[in-house]
Amino acid sequence: MSAWWQQLPLARRSGAVLLVLILVAALLAPSLAPDAVSQDLERVLLAPSLEQPLGTDHLGRNMLARLTHALQLSFSLALLSVISAAIIGISLGLLAAWRGGVIEAVLTSIADAVMTLPVLLVVLLFSAFAQGEFWSLYIGLSFALWVEYFRVSRATIKATLVSAPVESARMLGFGNFYLLRRHLLPELAPVVGTLMLFGISTAILALAALGFVGVGLRPPTPELGVMMIELFPYYEEAPWLIASPVVTLGLIMLALALLGGRKEMP
Amino acid sequence: MIKVLSHLLLRRCLQAVLVALLVSTVSFFLMHSLSGDLAFRIAAGRYGYDMVTAAAAEAVRVELGLDRPLLQGLILWWQQLLQFDLGDSYLSSAPVIEEIREQFGHTLQLALSALVLSVVIALPIGLIAGLNPHGWLDRVSLTLSIILRAFPPFLLGILLILLLSSKLGITNAANASHEHGGLFLPALTLALSLAAVSSRVARDAMVEVRRSAYFNFARTKGLSDLLALLRHGIRNAAVPVIAYLGVQLVFLMEGVIIIESLFAWPGIGHALAHAVFGRDIPMIQGTAIVMGLLFVLCNTLVDIACMLADPRQRYLASRRADA
Repeated sequence: MSAWWQQLPLARRSGAVLLVLILVAALLAPSLAPDAVSQDLERVLLAPSLEQPLGTDHLGRNMLARLTHALQLSFSLALLSVISAAIIGISLGLLAAWRGGVIEAVLTSIADAVMTLPVLLVVLLFSAFAQGEFWSLYIGLSFALWVEYFRVSRATIKATLVSAPVESARMLGFGNFYLLRRHLLPELAPVVGTLMLFGISTAILALAALGFVGVGLRPPTPELGVMMIELFPYYEEAPWLIASPVVTLGLIMLALALLGGRKEMP
Repeated sequence: MIKVLSHLLLRRCLQAVLVALLVSTVSFFLMHSLSGDLAFRIAAGRYGYDMVTAAAAEAVRVELGLDRPLLQGLILWWQQLLQFDLGDSYLSSAPVIEEIREQFGHTLQLALSALVLSVVIALPIGLIAGLNPHGWLDRVSLTLSIILRAFPPFLLGILLILLLSSKLGITNAANASHEHGGLFLPALTLALSLAAVSSRVARDAMVEVRRSAYFNFARTKGLSDLLALLRHGIRNAAVPVIAYLGVQLVFLMEGVIIIESLFAWPGIGHALAHAVFGRDIPMIQGTAIVMGLLFVLCNTLVDIACMLADPRQRYLASRRADA
């Protein structure tokens, strides 16, 4: 375990540490500061203090509580959509690679068309179904993200199906399920892991962007983008307030990018 | 060459049709999921809320095929699209095409300024950093690029507003659309995000070129560093940068939706967000289709540009077309 950790490049290690810190904050802090909705109009726009570590917003709500609730929301929605997208994408990819023919042609052309549209555009389209609702964003994100898993798994599985190990396993009389479990899924696992990391950052970002523009989740839900647009008018009186969601989102993106290990980074 | 081009164009055209159909299908179901009687809504949009009668709504219902079963309605909806009829906006009741034509110019202006600005920022930094890899400029630009990349365009936009507009008083975000000079901040925001990556691409390409045998040969045969760079270096270093433009265009398209809303720039992305907010389905469909098609077009142009700049790709593509 420790040898494996030492082996990782510095960028990935720092990304992982940062992400774990953010996640711990998201999981633990709500129990310390559970109240993200109740207002106290006597105490608005307070500066950070011992009692209110991140100050209070324009309605006197506890910023720490709001921020950590927002983190939980972002991560859980992102994780949920990425996992659904991966399951759908991989199953369809498997179907396309295994069956071929018309099914493959139809699926590939649909995936091609979805791939062409920017993720944000797709999520925006779906968010119009039910504005401010959780499920429309979830469906939109899953619909935008499944194509990547589909493409990767179709290509990988097609290549693996004709490889020598699979051929010999077939000759030895192993069934399809065995092939799937022992040959196909292990091939897919590393690629899918990386894709999921990128998917999570795309999803968190899209959620915040839509919230910010006013077509995603709505106030008073504590959400990063919604908080930014709410606190934007107060940037002259209380710059630390808008700074906290902005910096938090920046840190999440940085952590995920470092962990994903992009090529250009040494 | 002709054959390769036509093969490419055919594939892209097919993709364009698919994108349009996909967006239009989603919009169709969106329309049917709206609460309330759709015919009344559309009639109200057309004639004004005071003038709507049951007869007017009925006429609209028959005209738009809202009285038919779902599948027939969908086919009718597709037919209208294939006749390039995008309908009228529910909110302003102007034809969608007209509205989009107006907004499109603004978006194009913003996107092109951002692209040009990003090249102006990124190319010199990237090339000079590539001349001296691991030098101080390389390190500084790498650090900046990592930080900038962590900040998605809309965060960068907020930061720029906070830093620049309050301190220097350049532009006020809220009235940016009506003032001249309102273009600068949104274009700079997008350009910085683009430059964060393209400067690294240019740098890597430069390092690669300087390591190559042909560059060393040019130096050995007596060309000066500058001449070797101009005659042999630039063109080769340009190929990855041009290819990268394709990836950047996706990014630009996504950025435009948010950045235009942030800076109230009256472009197509702003219109889309606005239409989603107001549930103006013809506008949603129109803007989304135009953005999708624009995207296919950009990809096609990048493909062609790459083929022209790089003979190796031309060769590969012609072999693919033959196969």
